Amino acid sequence: MQHLITVTVENQPGVLARITSMFARRDFNIHSLAVGPTEDPTRSRVTMVVDGPEMEQIVKQLYKLIHVIKVTEHPQGEAIEREIMLVRVHADPKRRSEILNAANIFDATAVDVGASTITFEVVGEPMRLSDFLEFMKTYGIVSLAKSGRIALAKDAKSQNTKQKQTAKGA
Amino acid sequence: MPEQLSGAAILIRALEHEGVDVIFGVPGGAILQAYDALYSSSIRHILARHEQGGGHMASGYAHATGRVGVTFATSGPGATNLITPLADAYMDSIPVVAITGQVRTTSIGLDAFQETHTWGISMPVTKHNYLVTNINEIPSTIREAFHVASTGRPGPVLVDITKDALADAMPWHGPVEIDLPGYRPSVQGHPRQVKAAMDEILASERPVLYAGGGILRARASEELRAFAEQQGLPVVTTLMARGAIPDSHPLTLGMSGMHGNYTASTAMQRSDLLIAIGARFDDRVTGNPDLFAPEARIIHIDVDPAEISKIRKADVPIVGDAKAVLRQLLDEGERRLKDGPAPTRTEWMDTLEGWRRDFPLAYVQDPDGPIQQQYVIDELCKHAGDAIVVAGVGQHQMWASQFWKFERPNAWINSGGLGTMGYAVPAAIGAKAGMPDTTVIAIDGDGCFQMTFQELITAAEEGIPVKIAVMNNANLGMVRQWQKLFYDDRYSATELSYTNPNIPMLAEALGCAGFRAETPDEVIPTIEKGLAVNDRPVVMEFVCDPDAMVFPMIVAGGSNDEILMGPEDISCNT
Ligand SMILES: Cc1ncc(C[n+]2csc(CCOP(=O)(O)OP(=O)(O)O)c2C)c(N)n1
Repeated sequence: MQHLITVTVENQPGVLARITSMFARRDFNIHSLAVGPTEDPTRSRVTMVVDGPEMEQIVKQLYKLIHVIKVTEHPQGEAIEREIMLVRVHADPKRRSEILNAANIFDATAVDVGASTITFEVVGEPMRLSDFLEFMKTYGIVSLAKSGRIALAKDAKSQNTKQKQTAKGA
Repeated sequence: MPEQLSGAAILIRALEHEGVDVIFGVPGGAILQAYDALYSSSIRHILARHEQGGGHMASGYAHATGRVGVTFATSGPGATNLITPLADAYMDSIPVVAITGQVRTTSIGLDAFQETHTWGISMPVTKHNYLVTNINEIPSTIREAFHVASTGRPGPVLVDITKDALADAMPWHGPVEIDLPGYRPSVQGHPRQVKAAMDEILASERPVLYAGGGILRARASEELRAFAEQQGLPVVTTLMARGAIPDSHPLTLGMSGMHGNYTASTAMQRSDLLIAIGARFDDRVTGNPDLFAPEARIIHIDVDPAEISKIRKADVPIVGDAKAVLRQLLDEGERRLKDGPAPTRTEWMDTLEGWRRDFPLAYVQDPDGPIQQQYVIDELCKHAGDAIVVAGVGQHQMWASQFWKFERPNAWINSGGLGTMGYAVPAAIGAKAGMPDTTVIAIDGDGCFQMTFQELITAAEEGIPVKIAVMNNANLGMVRQWQKLFYDDRYSATELSYTNPNIPMLAEALGCAGFRAETPDEVIPTIEKGLAVNDRPVVMEFVCDPDAMVFPMIVAGGSNDEILMGPEDISCNT
């Protein structure tokens, strides 16, 4: 079972090392990780997808780190989640237009075209990225680079995000 | 105009403001500047012979006094030598601040002479650590280090300071305010949880108070005893908590676990409610956690939320300081007493009394046989019962915990979590440096002694008259015991020597008085001689039985229902 958490930390050198060192020492597993600035320059936000059943321990051990200020767990569907991916696929000249058409449906942008490959950029919900990847497997994936997931909790009062969700899903 | 001071001088000023009166350490290139500033300070420096010794001294000092112990080391090998004492203090939640020198900021990462990544190496064995590369950060970092080390769940904090930060100069404005938004340890327990805990206690038929080292860290012995008496709760004291309630108190059951006594281990195993306070369900206490105390509901009180439900799910978790929560429980208990007296639980108390009668801790000293360590410990306790006792790691440690009669808190210092051989001699020196008017006796094994005895030179030079009782069984006894029990008597690499080194002669060479007892009738005279010398450290060697084994014993990872009471239980089990 994968869990999405965001960790607000003091923007101090070495915070990420403290987090990953603690995960290694406690035998917790990080599936994906993204670190970046927040609206407050003294804080950074770490977004993690973590594996395993020990969520309670993971959260408590994170809180034990002096530079960790807040840990938020995001239950499925309660956060806006995004990933970005660059994927280079085999594109035989004969199948090129077929591939581009398919990419269009997934909202993927062709960002580089070579003699026998096309590279796509896909930004969006994690599911969409994995669906695209699954689809492209039939053509052959040459290389893949994927970011860690970033997330923000949905605004409790906003219906907007919810509608958008359903629209995308439909 | 405020004074212009070097980073080193500011460091020492900051330490003075923290109330530091003694530093244990070893100098070197990267920390030279700090030692220069220390030269004109009123803080006492005790020159250890090895940084591991300096680190354990700081921990012994902290154990005995409750104040933060401070240790200094240089970069590279000085810092790596500190890792064992840091790990030790981390496991046992001892407040220690370690200051290490680091190479110049511009040399970091270039494999400079005596450069090591101290920050990275020490991270997993400290509560928190710092790398300071700018003189500006020294005052706030020192304030933070002492705050973090001594509050919440105490622990070691390392501050690595570069040579240039120590050498630069800036004005000194005095101590600074700090703000740690991610560090706000809870003190009071949640009132609703306190009420829930009291409901559980009043409803329980076979409760046991499971007191851990956190009681001593929180200086909560008085409250523990008052609460046990108010509710009539029997108390188990873990290895770390010996003395948290007097051994002579009728509610005290003593130590449980791997080498705990039958009554303490079985009481936990049979209980319907364990009230864990400042304890962490260590595997040496629980055995196989899946088989541990199967019928017990759990109230878990700890200042560190991560300990709660880490090993055993708590039914009533309470995050808070042991002393504060015990006071809340006492108040709540007081209120409930108005509705009626605390349950007497006669049946449970009678059961415990029966076990105590039928399975006491005991030993036999044959007057014509080899010396038994239990006898030595028993006699040492009778002759110097008000002493602080420090132990090494091994059989002698377990016997010391079993047979010393602890009547007050903070009189027992040992390496419980890490099990660090070599802990006793330096920790005893640190304890004595902090409590010069109290007798400090280390009970050490011959193996442990040979890991750190050079610190007796420090003790002799510095006029710190500790007493070391070396239990010489010419073996790495605890390992030998496991080889006897589980490895078909194949004594691989556990044999030491009765004669090499000659311990009394060695003691004399180190500047101490040395005595030896070889037969049981020499034990008391040797103790008397050893206790009479107070102008220098004393080493009393007791030539002990190499074949003696520590019982009771619960096999590692086994069930606490299966307690081996003596060698006879082994043969039928294997
Ligand atoms: C630094 C370190 N190395 C190894 C061990 C493993 N160990 C545990 S007890 C023990 C034997 C201790 O021998 P001794 O000091 O003679 O004490 P005894 O058990 O004989 O009382 C050993 C080697 C340890 N705990 N610490």
